[in-house]
Amino acid sequence: MTEFFQSLGMSYEWAWGVATVAGILLIALPLMLAVAMVIYVDRKVLGAIMLRRGPNVVGPFGLLQSFADGLKVFLQETIIPTAANKGIFLLAPIITFTVALAAWAVIPFDAGVVLADINVGLLYVLAISSLGVYGVVMSGWASNSKYPFFSAMRAAAQMISYEVSIGFVLVCVVLYAGTFNMTGIVEAQRGHGLGVINGFFINPLLFPMFVVFFISALAETARAPFDLTEAESELVAGYQTEYSSMSFALFWLGEYANILLMCSLCTLLFMGGWLPPIEWAPLYYVPGIVWFLLKTFMFFFMFSWIWATVPRYRYDQLMRLGWKVFLPMSLLFVALISGYLMATGHFVK
Amino acid sequence: MIQTLAFYLFASLVVASAVMVIMARNPVHSVLWLILAFFNAAGLMVLVGAEFIAALLVIVYVGAVAVLFLFVVMMLDIDMAAMRAGFIRNFPFGLAIAAILLAELFLGIGAYQAGGLTLGTPDGTGQAAMGASNIEAIGTLLYGKYIVLFEVAGIILLVAMIGAIVLTHREAKPGARGRQDIGKQISRRPEEATVMKNPNTGEGVEL
Repeated sequence: MTEFFQSLGMSYEWAWGVATVAGILLIALPLMLAVAMVIYVDRKVLGAIMLRRGPNVVGPFGLLQSFADGLKVFLQETIIPTAANKGIFLLAPIITFTVALAAWAVIPFDAGVVLADINVGLLYVLAISSLGVYGVVMSGWASNSKYPFFSAMRAAAQMISYEVSIGFVLVCVVLYAGTFNMTGIVEAQRGHGLGVINGFFINPLLFPMFVVFFISALAETARAPFDLTEAESELVAGYQTEYSSMSFALFWLGEYANILLMCSLCTLLFMGGWLPPIEWAPLYYVPGIVWFLLKTFMFFFMFSWIWATVPRYRYDQLMRLGWKVFLPMSLLFVALISGYLMATGHFVK
Repeated sequence: MIQTLAFYLFASLVVASAVMVIMARNPVHSVLWLILAFFNAAGLMVLVGAEFIAALLVIVYVGAVAVLFLFVVMMLDIDMAAMRAGFIRNFPFGLAIAAILLAELFLGIGAYQAGGLTLGTPDGTGQAAMGASNIEAIGTLLYGKYIVLFEVAGIILLVAMIGAIVLTHREAKPGARGRQDIGKQISRRPEEATVMKNPNTGEGVEL
């Protein structure tokens, strides 16, 4: 895109700056639209599974429900509790929202369609997603109220625990792909299954890691069945209890942007990103971004499906799953996979 | 131009937030300033081209260590007046640590300027390939030239971790309630956990 702006007669620095800003807007605005639609889909899927109609009043099929909600929230008064730590109280939702957007910088939507094609793309995603916990912890502390505080404690422990196993799963993928670059990881999946199927998920050594990653993604985004941070039966609404109006909406948007990010990571790391599922020439006539969005949406559907199906975990069960099941299992697979790759001479190119 | 601007932005933010760490009255604010300092230090690392170190700094320090700091500090009820009372008493000690850190800094810069740092390949002969990416260069060094030191550091960490767990682990008294056997819980069937009784009116049930 920089070349395009340069051809309009700008100097390199200006063209780069304008191209980057344009790229950010091109990602952030459709993302916000996607978040609004995805919230609608979430409620609709939940409704269908519970044999209800779900949102169906605002607009055709209730499609405009999220926008109506957004408008309502926007017009509300922002209430700050008197005992709250004002600065941090207001900073927390902003951090959640910013962090949820920042990770999208390295997500490739199609071959070459990526804002920042950096070498350590995967590490960047890991680093940014590890920041997500601050919004929750800060809001819980700054609210100066007991339920948000409990929720913040839970969130901190939960996110750190599952980040460990996510890290090891990423190591497994990187071992196979031989790069931390997201585009490189997707390209490494071309024809991975006997030269026919695009995607690491088909590999028997990586499939268990795929499952671990998916479940950890649920826990990392505090989705059901791991939504202990906002367990309404115990904690009112968790860390969001004291928030109102736009500060609440920012949490809401950030949460769904994070869920979409995790879905797209599942797509990029295991399902072959923008590549068609099967290596077959006619499928390449479909633009890569369509495959990417279809796969991401499939994972999102699984997220809502699970939300509607599974009861919430108890806190000690959550910790047990993270530390006593996923951590040893992913460690074992790191050793297994690196051993297998070493024995088959994968590293000698 | 942009890089110079970015450098001064990051550097001044690191210094300012480091000052705020010790100036802030509220310990939670201190930790948050510390996190900002870490984050800007990572920005400086990116500027010198060490993007791997920057990513690690954010993942390890910001993402894990600082969260634990925050976790602990948030739960403590710290009496700032009592802490300030000890300021004069601890001042010489702090000064000594500051002096040691400053001396180390000068030693490091001196060693660097004297050309005392040689980045090598596994056999310790040549330089790491200049074209290699950060990760490859660090990997070659850590798992090649410095493999022994690296492994020793790893074992020390492992021992420390197991030690901490052993020291804080409390064995439950035999027969204590509250311990769970997950396998037993999952393999339980409704037939062994429930009984159907059909009591007559006015009669109790004997279980």
